[in-house]
Amino acid sequence: MSTDQQDIIHFIYAEAALIDAQKFTEWLDLYTEDALYWMPLEFDQTEEHLTTSLMYEDKLLLTVRINRLQGHRTYSQKPRSRCHHLLQTPEILEINDDEVKTKTAFHYTETRNDEQFTLVGWVEHTLKRASDGEKPGALKILRKRVNLLNPEAAHSNIQLFV
Amino acid sequence: MGKIDIDGLVRPGGREIHRDVFTDQDIFQQEMKTVFRRTWVYVGHDSQVQNKGDFYTTTIGNQPVIMVRHTDDQIQVLLNRCPHKGVKLVEDTNGSTGKFFRCPYHAWSFKTDGSPLGIPFNKGYEETGFDTSCAKKGMCKVSNVQNYRGFIFARLSDEGESFEDFFTGSLSSIDNMIDRSPEGRLEVVGKPLRYMHKCNWKMLVDNQTDTCHPMIAHESSAGTIKRVWKSVQDETLSKPMVVELVLPFMSSYDDFEKMGIRTWDNGHGHTGVSGSIHSDYSDIDGYYGQMVDAYGKDRAESIMGETRHNTCYFPNMMVKGATQTLRLFIPIAANKTIVESWIFRLVGAPDTFLKRTAMYNRIINAPTSIVGHDDLEMYERAQEGLSVDANPWVNLQRHYREDELGGEQLHPGTSEAQMRNHYVNWARYMSTEDNS
Repeated sequence: MSTDQQDIIHFIYAEAALIDAQKFTEWLDLYTEDALYWMPLEFDQTEEHLTTSLMYEDKLLLTVRINRLQGHRTYSQKPRSRCHHLLQTPEILEINDDEVKTKTAFHYTETRNDEQFTLVGWVEHTLKRASDGEKPGALKILRKRVNLLNPEAAHSNIQLFV
Repeated sequence: MGKIDIDGLVRPGGREIHRDVFTDQDIFQQEMKTVFRRTWVYVGHDSQVQNKGDFYTTTIGNQPVIMVRHTDDQIQVLLNRCPHKGVKLVEDTNGSTGKFFRCPYHAWSFKTDGSPLGIPFNKGYEETGFDTSCAKKGMCKVSNVQNYRGFIFARLSDEGESFEDFFTGSLSSIDNMIDRSPEGRLEVVGKPLRYMHKCNWKMLVDNQTDTCHPMIAHESSAGTIKRVWKSVQDETLSKPMVVELVLPFMSSYDDFEKMGIRTWDNGHGHTGVSGSIHSDYSDIDGYYGQMVDAYGKDRAESIMGETRHNTCYFPNMMVKGATQTLRLFIPIAANKTIVESWIFRLVGAPDTFLKRTAMYNRIINAPTSIVGHDDLEMYERAQEGLSVDANPWVNLQRHYREDELGGEQLHPGTSEAQMRNHYVNWARYMSTEDNS
């Protein structure tokens, strides 16, 4: 495996680790300004805008979410939730000079009080290599699509980030 | 189960409600036998079963049903069990069954109006008295079904008000949602959001007309959107659609007070009589012209100007015409409810409408919605808090007037009149004896 491939795999693990550590500001820094986080409502959904999704969020909405989690009147986070990602080794689907696509199987667990639930599925990342800035070539997330195994099920609150 | 003292549970005028109404499983069972049998419960939309043989499965209260388009093009509602041994005939939520249903257990078959078609090796039933059995009649069919402009309602009981007497003027909210299509037609889009709540279904109904909670309970979500948008906004940019949808949740008490509430007989009512949090959405290019062409200027403006907030249809449905959303509060147990949130396409209108509707649905109604998180937290804390024996009463006295219910009535926008309307009628239906 090339150093480049190892870096990509490490990047995917690191993203999940930042969520689990609840370092949300650092986590969001991994996303480009025009990034998109998408969790479809239907298995194999292709339509993005003209049907319901569970999440379809730009950086503004992701910023709102992480701000809300810190809010002193965010009662659904009193007490706070925790989460845990268990990832399979990311599969690199496409790799070229400016973009990379990966697919990673996951088991995600979220807690609140005594209860916990698990979501299972695959996450597809589209990563972009920065062309300029402080770290030319550094990876950023342009698009993250979370495919749940059971997106249509009657879930209760899903409050953190898969 | 002893007889339930309904009068002891709902104080006169619906001003105070005993906590057992939300927590007691015997009361829940009685709701299934009375409230959900005697009233016209929403089943589905006819666009879900466009062709003959198309079906959709759901529940009415705790009764599994199949909504199916029969060979005569009429929509039938059948109870989802084989008359033989009780096997659920259809497990899929949607599909096409062709001309008949076939039980997977013994291949008994039924036409799509429930009538019997065939039983294999049937000579074994000769001279057994089978001809007079329940099983011989085929699938049980709900005889009171109404297709109101595409919205299918059913009443399980043979007793109760007619469709028109039950809904009276409240149908105007469904009319407004449909009339917003230049062709006067809606279509269901996609699957519904389904959201599990560990609370009683009536807490969700109450919340639809609770106008004193948004600026408080949603400070964490809508308030944060307001704050973040303010910090990043660029005068050169127009307000993003999502900001336009969520900011009105932070409207003041005064704003909500002025919007008003309207109630109708039999437990129906709505918020947002003169304007609502949906009134100031941006115009969508091309739509005004389409509406004027379809309806004429005056009628088109009257349809578009009617921006009601939430219309509650007794017992368990809410319609939001301005965002083409329908929500069902599906009772599972006294302390368990699944909320389904459906959206519709305004047939003939620009796609931007559907984009906004789909956005509203995921931002507000999804289990991943930060607005939903705020609400669910309140319901589930209420379900737990009601275990306190020292005070068993839920208070709904805000803006109470003695003569406030009966016919069509208007109330101040922060009144709890529609909640009282719900419980007064709930108590009435709970007291009915069902002999059908």
